[in-house]
Amino acid sequence: MTASSILLWSVLPYLAIGSFIIGLVWRYRFDKFSWTTRSSQIYEGRLLSFAGPMFHLGLFAVIGGHIVGLLVPQSFTEYIGLSQEAYHLGAVSMGGLAGLSTVVGIFLLIYRRRTTATVFAATTKNDKTMYIFLVATLLAGCSATLSSAGVIGQEHNYRQTVAPWVRSILFLHPDGTLMQGTPLAFRIHAAIAMSLFIIWPFTRLVHALSAPVGYIFRPSLIYRTRDNESTSGNRKARPGWERIKY
Amino acid sequence: MKVMAQMGMVMNLDKCIGCHTCSVTCKQAWTNRSGLEYAWFNNVETRPGQGYPRRYEDQEKAKGGWVRTRSGRIRLKGGSKARRLLSIFSNPRMLNIKDYYEPWIYEYDNLISAPLGQQTPVARPKSLLTGKPMKIEWSANWDDDLGGGPENIEKDPILQKLSEDVTTKVKLAFEETFMFYLPRICEHCLNPACVAACPSGAMYKRAEDGIVLVDQQQCRGWRMCVSACPYKKVYFNHKTGKAEKCTMCYPRLEIGMPTVCSETCVGRLRYLGLFLYDADKVLAAASIEDEKALYEAQLDLLLDPNDPEVLAAARAEGIPEDWLLAAQNSPVYKLAKVYKIALPLHPEYRTMPMVWYVPPLSPIVDVLTETGHDGEEAGNLFGAINALRVPLAYLAELFSAGDIEVVEGTLRKLSAMRSYMRDINLGREPRPEIPEAVGMTQESIYEMYRLLAIAKYEDRYVIPAAHSEQARELENMGCSLDGVDTGEKFGGPFGQASGNPVPVTIENFHIMRDRQTK
Repeated sequence: MTASSILLWSVLPYLAIGSFIIGLVWRYRFDKFSWTTRSSQIYEGRLLSFAGPMFHLGLFAVIGGHIVGLLVPQSFTEYIGLSQEAYHLGAVSMGGLAGLSTVVGIFLLIYRRRTTATVFAATTKNDKTMYIFLVATLLAGCSATLSSAGVIGQEHNYRQTVAPWVRSILFLHPDGTLMQGTPLAFRIHAAIAMSLFIIWPFTRLVHALSAPVGYIFRPSLIYRTRDNESTSGNRKARPGWERIKY
Repeated sequence: MKVMAQMGMVMNLDKCIGCHTCSVTCKQAWTNRSGLEYAWFNNVETRPGQGYPRRYEDQEKAKGGWVRTRSGRIRLKGGSKARRLLSIFSNPRMLNIKDYYEPWIYEYDNLISAPLGQQTPVARPKSLLTGKPMKIEWSANWDDDLGGGPENIEKDPILQKLSEDVTTKVKLAFEETFMFYLPRICEHCLNPACVAACPSGAMYKRAEDGIVLVDQQQCRGWRMCVSACPYKKVYFNHKTGKAEKCTMCYPRLEIGMPTVCSETCVGRLRYLGLFLYDADKVLAAASIEDEKALYEAQLDLLLDPNDPEVLAAARAEGIPEDWLLAAQNSPVYKLAKVYKIALPLHPEYRTMPMVWYVPPLSPIVDVLTETGHDGEEAGNLFGAINALRVPLAYLAELFSAGDIEVVEGTLRKLSAMRSYMRDINLGREPRPEIPEAVGMTQESIYEMYRLLAIAKYEDRYVIPAAHSEQARELENMGCSLDGVDTGEKFGGPFGQASGNPVPVTIENFHIMRDRQTK
């Protein structure tokens, strides 16, 4: 195994996980104020009304597919009587649909962002960088799906290669050799996805981590007592940050 | 019984001249920031008119507030929890900036920096959203004083509702029409729809004084509160991506000062004070079937601060003594519950709003006088109320879910007060039958007159400071100018600039108190 492939498939994953977790903790602790969707719906709602759900709901399906495909071993699905052929057919068709919805959605969203003057004016450099990584990941992912189906190049069963590699990372026993025989599309997709995780905590993507699941279970009204400690305006200066007296 | 305290406001609409001083001072204090250029935590709208944001009262479109389901419960008009959560990617009820207005600035610099030429340089309007030149088509007060005429005014959702019934059809020809002003802030509801709609739980009602606030650290910009509020008083800061709203100037209230809008009101029409209410009964009161009964249900929630049982229950909840005293002296309790002349805005939204309005009577006196009648004679006044230019039906749609009797009752009290006081002021024998005709005593109608007409500063604003031992903590914010006045640049006689400085808010409080008009 070459040094570069060790770096790519055994070191980079941990860098990505580290950056993701440490970055999120840092952002939450020190820049919670900017942790928001930064919704632009107040500027434009017509295009968003279908592009927004298309992208997000498609993405949920894609994430669900990744969890099943990467974390559930092939031996398990075969044990419960699901043949590789049947699994593959389902994964490619559903994954293809979800991917299509996500990709069309994001292109509509980007079109909206570029053509609506107000939305474009509210787009930061950080957003633009993030879009490049996000779109690259999605496109590479779609081509990987096509390549696993045999539309591009040889048909490939990623559940024998990529999935065990991901599990080897999670079990802290990285085996980079698993990635070496995979089609190029898979390797590109995995590499860009890892870089997306590295920048994730520093972009607006953090809003995905605060999906309001708790809302379903909480009571309608919330009462809180006046809190002098944690409100930013009244907060006592942190040690080392006292104001200069002059 | 769970007794809670609620800071409330009453506005006496008879006194509002529509000068917008409250809006401007509020804007200077709270929303003169990038991202909130379009937002007015306090706005004054001319009624009839579309309001701000445009047609916010059309709940069939905006789906604000609560509705009662067939099973007798209430749920948000925006739909079930699941349905609202699914619309999080694109809220179909969300307002567009154009529903408020596109904020702009004029290129004033061009006036002095333009090169010498044939034409006089002009300051063109430039959008604050895109930075490009724009055509101004609407703003927060575009239809101020019936501006734009019937073309604009007819779009008032309440007028449209009334126009279905020919008997209440409102005239819009300029010489026959009517208008009055409606200043609006956040209602700080007992049953706030915005709080219930917030997916991240960032919005809350303060347990001490009932002020509804947005935790800026916890808000994630899901914008559900913006559409859920039937009064459209939660704004989306498009720069920070967070919701913001009227805070009832809580930093001022906490040290016993009135809100900026109240303090600067030239008509002195605002009253601030405490209500004690039974928090256990709010849900039941908001779920009553008959919309017209909601006003009475809301009144029933307000507890008598002189009732020993209520006081004992309030003490058990830990409400401090000075707050109970303030509740007993509360002008808003008197206007809303004792005299029953202040009414909630749109009780049919079932949010139990806590900003109340004394409906306007004034035009009728002028009209009567113009027609050669004695405008303040009780008999004439009572008879003329039904012929008000501001139709009772219109006022009733605003303040009592369409129940004309309620509005008529308050106007009768106001006219009785005028007639009764007129005899006293002219040195005639006071006529006890006038207060009796509206179910009041001579004493109570005189007290009401003092509160409404004399309206001393200390009677209008009865604001207990935040509980003192907590308030100390609040005040120790420190100030970069500490010590400058005293010349003690590097500490006192003991050499060290240590210890706590004089809390800046106490200093401000004394300065401000000296400047207040009494």
